[in-house]
Amino acid sequence: MRHILPCLCAALAFVAIHAASAQEQLDLISPKSIVAGSAFSIQSSGSGTAALYIVGPDQVLERSLQLGTAVSFPAASLNNAGDYVVILSSDSRARTAWLEVLPQTEPAKISLLARPSRLPVDVSNAITGAAYVFDSYRNLIVTPIKVSFELSSPSGAKQSSSAVANDGAAWTEMNSTSSEGDDRFVAHAGRASVEREIRQVPGNPCQLTMTAQQSGNRLELQTAPIHDCSGNIVADGTIVTFTETYDDGQSTADVPVKRGIANVEMPDYRGAMLSVASGVVLGNQIRWEK
Amino acid sequence: MRAGRLFAALLGLATVALVVIGTLWPIPSAAAFAGGRSLLQSASTPEAAVRNLGDEIRRHDWDLAYTGLANKSDFTEFEFEHDLTGYYPCLRTYANLENFDIQPLHSTADDAKIRFITNWSTVVGPVTASRDLNVTRSGAEWKVNWPIRREPIVPPQIVPEDYLRWDVIFRGPGDDWGAQNVDSPHLSIVDMHPVQRAEGVVVLGELMNEDVVPAYVAITATLQSKDQSPIATESAFDMISHFLLPKQVTPFLISFPGQSLSGVGSIRMTPFSSLVSAAAGPVIAIDNEHLNPAPDSSLSGELVNESGRPVSVAHILGTLYNKSGQVVWVVGQYTGWALSPQDPAPFNIPIPEDLAKNAGSQRTVVTTFNYGGSE
Repeated sequence: MRHILPCLCAALAFVAIHAASAQEQLDLISPKSIVAGSAFSIQSSGSGTAALYIVGPDQVLERSLQLGTAVSFPAASLNNAGDYVVILSSDSRARTAWLEVLPQTEPAKISLLARPSRLPVDVSNAITGAAYVFDSYRNLIVTPIKVSFELSSPSGAKQSSSAVANDGAAWTEMNSTSSEGDDRFVAHAGRASVEREIRQVPGNPCQLTMTAQQSGNRLELQTAPIHDCSGNIVADGTIVTFTETYDDGQSTADVPVKRGIANVEMPDYRGAMLSVASGVVLGNQIRWEK
Repeated sequence: MRAGRLFAALLGLATVALVVIGTLWPIPSAAAFAGGRSLLQSASTPEAAVRNLGDEIRRHDWDLAYTGLANKSDFTEFEFEHDLTGYYPCLRTYANLENFDIQPLHSTADDAKIRFITNWSTVVGPVTASRDLNVTRSGAEWKVNWPIRREPIVPPQIVPEDYLRWDVIFRGPGDDWGAQNVDSPHLSIVDMHPVQRAEGVVVLGELMNEDVVPAYVAITATLQSKDQSPIATESAFDMISHFLLPKQVTPFLISFPGQSLSGVGSIRMTPFSSLVSAAAGPVIAIDNEHLNPAPDSSLSGELVNESGRPVSVAHILGTLYNKSGQVVWVVGQYTGWALSPQDPAPFNIPIPEDLAKNAGSQRTVVTTFNYGGSE
């Protein structure tokens, strides 16, 4: 025991001195930042062998190297933008450094959130588009970049606007036009573009008129072609309610519009009051005197 | 130890003895529920004859029920059975007669008239029906003359239908982030107000599908106290038409049993809608709508199926308005029978007497269902 303790102390002192001298020699030279997908290299110093780790968002690289040489990484080695930690490890010694991977500056893809997918004609600032600009590795491009928006209707009417994407996002508001149909909503940034479809549908019936005529022992009620206030024929399937009021009774029928017209047969009561409505829009009234 | 064994043996023997006695001489009600006939009495009175018929219908013993009828030569057993269960699939097809009641209306030595009130349990809750039966004496027994309800025979034909139909393709799971989806239909609440009733708070109103596509709709109301904390949340359940075509309006009634309006500061309404595949037919016309005054105040009318095929179930909702056009109550009912094409089907929905006098006008809407989905 008297001999073991001095030997152990001597061994520990040797390891400590050796480690200190080796640590002085171990070093790594890493670029502060690179562009996603680009080739890069990391230089090491010292002697002996070591392992190099690059740890970052959703990705880890490992290389064995001879200290004092450079390790080259080919293009597309690091694709995800973010902060990576570079670790050079040799035995119990290690050196670390930070490496920032930046998004590419050229937009390659745009995600466009266009709302709503369907709206009535002639509504101001009702269409919104939010564009998110990504590079070819789907990293959000956070540097300011110009995004152009264009909304074109089947009638040929176009609206356009542009915005600068800050932190990867740009947005705009547009009006729905006065004619129904499927509009193309396009966002451009650089060579990237994306298209969405916005369906403009007719608005509420603007003027609702009906006529009545005898049909055997029944009354045939039929509306004139029903338009919205912009002149579009209302959508097929729109419910039109016919009401016939007589003495102390009433008959009603909810009828879907077909090709712009709703018609129905109702009981024939002399002196009955006939009325028509769709949603909250009231049409004309007819007193049936025959 | 010996006493315990003796007690166990006695208990076993007693159990076996009781099982044997119960099997050989069951009490009438147990035999009836087990499918036997022991509950039937001698049809020595008109009431007993109707009661026997009710028990046979409850057991689905169509053969025995038909055999005992006085006027069975007027119709077949098939017609009798389907008069009770429906010629086409409907609520009554899958219903059971829960119980029945009889009310003598008139009686002489040889004939009697008895109101036969049946309470059926169906998938949408209890349904009550009644028929006035003529009962005649036949020797020592009384027999029921069944008032058969024949379904109109629709001649074989091809009826062309050109209803508009909507199908929906939603965004798929493989679509990229940001890919466009189809929006839910837009709704608007066109009227809403609370009413204090003896049983609690009731929220009444109307909901409209503002969109150009069909919508499945629902609505929830939350009563909030004056400090905005929630008191209770309820939904309209079946006091609403859950399926709305474009620009169609449905009433709704949401009940909060046991709640008082005095403690309510505000009400938060939460309408819900989703796109559904649907057709714009069939058209159901409502004729001869009447608001019948007290006593027995009710909303009555006739449903006319204007399409070419039967409709399994119709859900009728009546909105009652006061003189100023405000909703005062909502009443609802399901039809027990399928609606045959062009055959008027009467309905009569009771209205609470105290509300009937406030109702100046009404609007009735009908939602139809066929086995296999809503139409």
